[in-house]
Amino acid sequence: MTNELLNELTFFVLAIFVGFEVISKVPTILHTPLMSGTNAIHGIILVGALLIAAGANSPVTIVLGLVAVTLATTNVVGGFVVTDRMLEMFKGRQKPK
Amino acid sequence: MNTLIALAYLLAAALFILGLKQLSSPKGARNGNFTAALGVVIALAATVPLLHFTSAGKTIVAIGILVGATIGTVGARMVRMTAIPQMVALFNGVGGGAAALVAVAELLRLGVHPPFAEVLPSVFSIVIGSISFAGSMVAFSKLQELMTGTPITYPGQQVVNLLLAATIVGFAIAVLAIASIPFSFISLMVLALILGVAFVLPIGGADMPVVISLLNAATGLAVAATGFTLDNFALIVAGTLVGASGSLLTKLMSDAMGRSLANVLFGAFGQVRAGLTAAGTGGQARSVRSASAEDLGTLLAYSQRVIIVPGYGLAVAQAQHAARELADVLEKRGVEVEYAIHPVAGRMPGHMNVLLAEANVPYEQLKEMDQVNDDFKNADVALIVGANDVVNPAARTTPGSPIYGMPILNADQAKNIIFMKRSMRPGFAGIENDLMYGPNTVMFFGDAKDSLTKLVSAVKAA
Repeated sequence: MTNELLNELTFFVLAIFVGFEVISKVPTILHTPLMSGTNAIHGIILVGALLIAAGANSPVTIVLGLVAVTLATTNVVGGFVVTDRMLEMFKGRQKPK
Repeated sequence: MNTLIALAYLLAAALFILGLKQLSSPKGARNGNFTAALGVVIALAATVPLLHFTSAGKTIVAIGILVGATIGTVGARMVRMTAIPQMVALFNGVGGGAAALVAVAELLRLGVHPPFAEVLPSVFSIVIGSISFAGSMVAFSKLQELMTGTPITYPGQQVVNLLLAATIVGFAIAVLAIASIPFSFISLMVLALILGVAFVLPIGGADMPVVISLLNAATGLAVAATGFTLDNFALIVAGTLVGASGSLLTKLMSDAMGRSLANVLFGAFGQVRAGLTAAGTGGQARSVRSASAEDLGTLLAYSQRVIIVPGYGLAVAQAQHAARELADVLEKRGVEVEYAIHPVAGRMPGHMNVLLAEANVPYEQLKEMDQVNDDFKNADVALIVGANDVVNPAARTTPGSPIYGMPILNADQAKNIIFMKRSMRPGFAGIENDLMYGPNTVMFFGDAKDSLTKLVSAVKAA
């Protein structure tokens, strides 16, 4: 096993534990925004889409790259914007009227 | 240079964790979203030096980002608050699709005999990403009511799904062990897409939030797997974080509905869906009482305590403002008004809070289920506006009902129950509601917004 793969596995395992711990005490009303927020974070697949699209040099890779970049950008941009719209509604809610 | 990129990825990872932390408390939630977005921007910026553009590459990246950003922004901005759940499903699905396509492209690049450590995560990403894509699209269609929200089942469904899964595993092994030829992994992708559809079809519309959350976690894992293929730390860390937190969130969501995840996913199988047939002819066998707006207005106006139970029907009718108006005129007459919010009111946990906050309903009038459930027996009127399953006593009394065991609001304990509904049609879970036939229940048919407006004038006149 290469060093790089070992490093990657280490990150992977630690991230599992952090992912579980970090949201363990979330109130019900935040379930939807939190799901939407994590949904936006996996839009990071755009990084991968860029890596394969940039070097596209055949019709097949051009199509794959174009579709992947489009889908990934939709995921990341739409995800963060829609989460923000939800959370916008919570602002000032704590203030008694 | 590479050190800088690695440090930037590390910073992005830290921002993701911080963002998730902030997202799970009401105070910091909005900042948390910004923090996570900043993490993505930093990770993207750090990736730029790694890109070796061909001329075609430049064009497709520019077009892809432009089109994607437009769809994402316009879609997220234009969507009505009631349709937010299906929007999340859509954005999740496209992410899964992207992960699968990146893995396909990478397998194509690696040739016929790629190293095992690269091909294993690619295969995983293709399968999981495709399932997430197809499953999310079905979830979207169910929530958008492009297709029926009731579970679609047929005899032997589980066997078919199991066979599909087994075939996928077979193809995966073929790609891993024999040769990575385009035919095999394209077949893999097609089969996984079919399984994604087949997996979500038998799940009822009301359970879609849990399914979307599960598929969201799955997309996270697909992204992490793609990270292993591309040796990219940002993808591994971000994808894994989403996979882990998304899995936990899925469990928390099904807990909030008082169900196990297995029951949500496979509950439709082998269940007696009594009531479904009766529901079509609804009300013919048993009689319901209905009343005029004037009668109900008088009843409300001379009550001491009214609890409003808002549901999805209120949301689709955009009646949250009318509900608030009714609450205002009642309060002017000295009636105590509260809103009872079921954890899954609307279509997703927290959805109803968002809609009512949009209508400027004072925060302190919103009562969560545990706070309000004991108040119903002291309430003169429980005003049910477009809710159904969350007040269905079958959840307490009828083992075998799909919602049996789900915590419900005790609206049936109020002295009078006004049930506002468009028709006698059963709720999203497709189950008949005995509460409608109760001796203290009065039905008030019509669009939630119109009906509430009528009640407002009736109360004013009373």
